[in-house]
Amino acid sequence: MGRVWKYGDDVNTDVIFPGKYTYKIMSDEEMASHALEDLDPDFAKNVKPGDVIVAGKNWGYGSSREQAVKCLKAAGIKAIIAESFARIYYRNCINLGLPAITLKREEIDKFESGDEVEVDIEKGIIENKTKGFTVKFPPFEGYVMDIIRAGGIIEYIRKNR
Amino acid sequence: MGMTLTEKILAKKAGKKEVQPGEIVTVEPTWVMSHDNSAAILLKFKKTGVDKVWDPRKIVIILDHTVPAPTADYANNHLSIRRFVKEQGIENFWDINTGICHQVMAEKGYDLPGSVIVGADSHTTTPGAFGAFAAGIGRSEVAAIWATGKIWLRVPESYEIVVNGQMPKGVFAKDLALHIIGDITASGAVYKAVEFKGETIRDMSIASRMVLTNMSAEMGAKNGIIEADKKTEEYIKNRARGPYEIMHPDEDAEYERRYEYDASDLVPKIAFPHTVDNVHDIDDALGIEINQVFLGTCTNGRVEDLEIAARILKGRRIHRDVRMLVFPASWEVWKEADERGILRILADAGAVIMNPGCGPCLGAHAGVLGDGEKCLSTANRNFKGRMGNPNAEIYLGSPATAAVTALKGHIADPREVL
Repeated sequence: MGRVWKYGDDVNTDVIFPGKYTYKIMSDEEMASHALEDLDPDFAKNVKPGDVIVAGKNWGYGSSREQAVKCLKAAGIKAIIAESFARIYYRNCINLGLPAITLKREEIDKFESGDEVEVDIEKGIIENKTKGFTVKFPPFEGYVMDIIRAGGIIEYIRKNR
Repeated sequence: MGMTLTEKILAKKAGKKEVQPGEIVTVEPTWVMSHDNSAAILLKFKKTGVDKVWDPRKIVIILDHTVPAPTADYANNHLSIRRFVKEQGIENFWDINTGICHQVMAEKGYDLPGSVIVGADSHTTTPGAFGAFAAGIGRSEVAAIWATGKIWLRVPESYEIVVNGQMPKGVFAKDLALHIIGDITASGAVYKAVEFKGETIRDMSIASRMVLTNMSAEMGAKNGIIEADKKTEEYIKNRARGPYEIMHPDEDAEYERRYEYDASDLVPKIAFPHTVDNVHDIDDALGIEINQVFLGTCTNGRVEDLEIAARILKGRRIHRDVRMLVFPASWEVWKEADERGILRILADAGAVIMNPGCGPCLGAHAGVLGDGEKCLSTANRNFKGRMGNPNAEIYLGSPATAAVTALKGHIADPREVL
């Protein structure tokens, strides 16, 4: 169970993880402490493991930096649910083991910040306990599910070599 | 529901009856390609802990970006690749005497209808000209394929780009590509499959079709694709390295968008600095003084490109203030252009004939520009600093525009001399 952090359209990688930190090597905790700092300064202070992000279209456009995914994962985000994702961001999410879920606009619109939600990645079900509705999404297919379960593609390969 | 050409290929390769845009499929690519960046990829591969690549017959490595090596660092990269190739028994290795990867992939029979080709280069969209699904991917992803033999792909939504009408004299596939990119914009087709169709495309040579799929990357597309036909079969007849299957989009396939163009209205086009979608009619560019003309690249370094330039320059001398560099896209192109006297005509006109490879396109090798200089290039990108100097400007145009510009010393209209 976690809470929703709701954001809008076209959130770019610079506000998810500022460019000025990109070439600084950081621990996961330090990365998490800068997550979304230029968009929502309250996020890093209050996020809890199991929380999810719900956003509009084109989440994560801009740079290919993987930290924009890593910092959210390190902050405990369990899934990002959006109307659409930028191409490289989407690939980075999966390859780093953070589920990226696409829903239709009308479904995205039903979520509000602070809603209590349960996301079942295996079954493809999101239950909004605050509002009392569930949304289904197609579960990830085999290989992608394996990558997500392993926590990323490199981990997957190491475990299965 | 019907499927687009891209959907059909991905469904077939994934062993599914049908796929929908947005769905993820996992496939074993027909070929995974990389070039000089294989040096970085093999380091990532070693980090996975896997000893042997999944299938040494399906990995294609082509050295083209900095050939022959201009510095010790590049030489050491090449060295590490040659060692890795031997150690792993990689069969499809093409050294510095072959050509630009996207051209070599076609010539050596890897670009086949119905195949799935991924490569660590953004212009890996090029094999789409043969009715293949082909897309650029990241280096880590290539390393992961070397280790596992598979890649997951999100089935893209498809755009349909329909072109009808006969191209006027002096107007070429490059002008059409620039026109479309100017219209759709550099981000207009992000993550989409763009399927080119219509009588103009059917009438085009294979080389010209490759210009369109090559430049699909410049509108953000995941892949560009053209249905294979008799011309495709003719080209691959004696080259194909494996079985292939010609597929067709369904009549009732669903496209997210449809763009229509009338080629008979087109004029020569120029992309002004510093973005590929900053496209103008040639009239806006006439008279801009040019210091270097660059004829070559994976976009426009094929025989038909050198030939049209030779037609314009035959018996003439290029302008004294212009340097003209010619980089045939491959040694096969070089040899054919040599046999047909094309290289001699260009050299007699004052052009410098270079060895096949990427050359100055990405600023890592010969032909870098000086401060404040302007280049008219037949490449696919004109980003600031792309050719090695952020204080230089790059204009993009067709090979015919390049040749007439070299002749006049300023950007000129090829329709005046053809």
